[in-house]
Amino acid sequence: MQGNWALSKKRPRLEQRARIVQTIRSFFFAQDYLEIETPHRLPGNAPEAHIDAVQSDGWFLHTSPELCMKRLLAAGYPRLFQLCRCWRAEERGTRHLPEFTMLEWYAAHCDYHALMDHCETLLAALLPEGKLHYRGQCINLSSPWERLTVAEAFDRFGSRSLEQALADNRFDEIIALEIEPQLGIQRPTFLIEYPGALAALARRHPQRPHVAERFELYIAGLELANAFSELTDPLEQRRRFAAEETTRQKLGKPPYPSPEKFLQELGAMPEAAGIALGLDRLVMLLTDAETIDEVVAFTPELL
Amino acid sequence: MLTCSDLRKGSKLMIDGEPHVIVQFDFTKPGKGQALYKCKLRNMITGSLFDRTYRSGESFEPAALDERDMQYLYQDETGYVFMDQKSYEQTTLGEDALGDQKYFLVDNMEVKILMFGDRGIGITLPNFVNLRVTMADPWVKGDTAAGNNKPATVETGYNLQVPSFVEAGTLIQIDTRTGDYVTRVKE
Repeated sequence: MQGNWALSKKRPRLEQRARIVQTIRSFFFAQDYLEIETPHRLPGNAPEAHIDAVQSDGWFLHTSPELCMKRLLAAGYPRLFQLCRCWRAEERGTRHLPEFTMLEWYAAHCDYHALMDHCETLLAALLPEGKLHYRGQCINLSSPWERLTVAEAFDRFGSRSLEQALADNRFDEIIALEIEPQLGIQRPTFLIEYPGALAALARRHPQRPHVAERFELYIAGLELANAFSELTDPLEQRRRFAAEETTRQKLGKPPYPSPEKFLQELGAMPEAAGIALGLDRLVMLLTDAETIDEVVAFTPELL
Repeated sequence: MLTCSDLRKGSKLMIDGEPHVIVQFDFTKPGKGQALYKCKLRNMITGSLFDRTYRSGESFEPAALDERDMQYLYQDETGYVFMDQKSYEQTTLGEDALGDQKYFLVDNMEVKILMFGDRGIGITLPNFVNLRVTMADPWVKGDTAAGNNKPATVETGYNLQVPSFVEAGTLIQIDTRTGDYVTRVKE
């Protein structure tokens, strides 16, 4: 009896993946971040209209460790990181797995600009040669990376303006189909300043309150990370959760209990910024893999 | 009715009264946005191809097509000929209707033919087929690393990646749904 060839042939990339994870851990330890583990199973997630959790014995598997990480920030931990499995129901494609690995890090007394710098230094630690070769493209990683506002991206690459796209309820389609493939091609792109309504847990820009201090990082057209300056106002957070929960229930999604402990402790959280980076996609980029299937040992279909 | 989460490569849908098959499928989802389902569809009557992106919440009518058990007979200038072994009726499928599946047809193979009225328009193959390798680089002695692979060609002209120990003459099993090597067949 032979072993499974679909598993054997992944070995070179799985070996690279293990080294990447080691480098990431060393990077954060060297900068005095505390590695933390938080529960995978929660009474409820932060309500967001288009992120669906997998139910687990009356609770839910976490879609991100965000709520627990922020409660730790509020309790006085200034720098935290976590590498963990997250689950998102029915997400399966060439760049999506319903169970995937997230790298999240949070830093007190920082805003989203600091996180952009962290992304640049993390990639420099992973690729000291300063260049990434991916699918025949060569991407220059030297700092600073491109910062492009969402409104500018619609003007440059979209078939209509940001305002028009929002009015037509076509924001997601234009981002995914027209804009994303153009981002991060010569060098990585931070897509910044999302419309306020599209960032339920982010702080509004102090001078431009219609936008949130949120960014997404793109490399080679691949969405790699989502980050923001954290909202620390418990009343505003409660209002936004209520609005997202109403949308979720209108879409027929199971109700989440309100995360009361999180909301109570949020007032004690210092100004902070946090980021969620898809580890599997980072490994795709660093190992020149075309699909996410190639960088994990088991996909659901192999079980 | 089907919903977006039922869609995958090979799904058959009725669009404007005609059966269509999804020949390429990808799920995508920008940031914290809505799920999008990118499909390349083939009209199973005319063969025309087009792209369409669906959003969650849309619904689809499945193409209710009869399937008939048939046996593959031979290929001639009109296409690939199959026969219903009960009624002895024959039907012919063109290259377009088969696509890459033509590489997995073996004489006398029992398949299911999709019927639109009395016309064959598509095929469902057995999940696995055994084919003999006709071309592959020889096995370099000492190359035993489990992950190593190399290109090979099988008797039907199909090219795929195989483990380093597979050589010309080896009988291998292929998954007809993915086109991938599965295992070496003991003879």
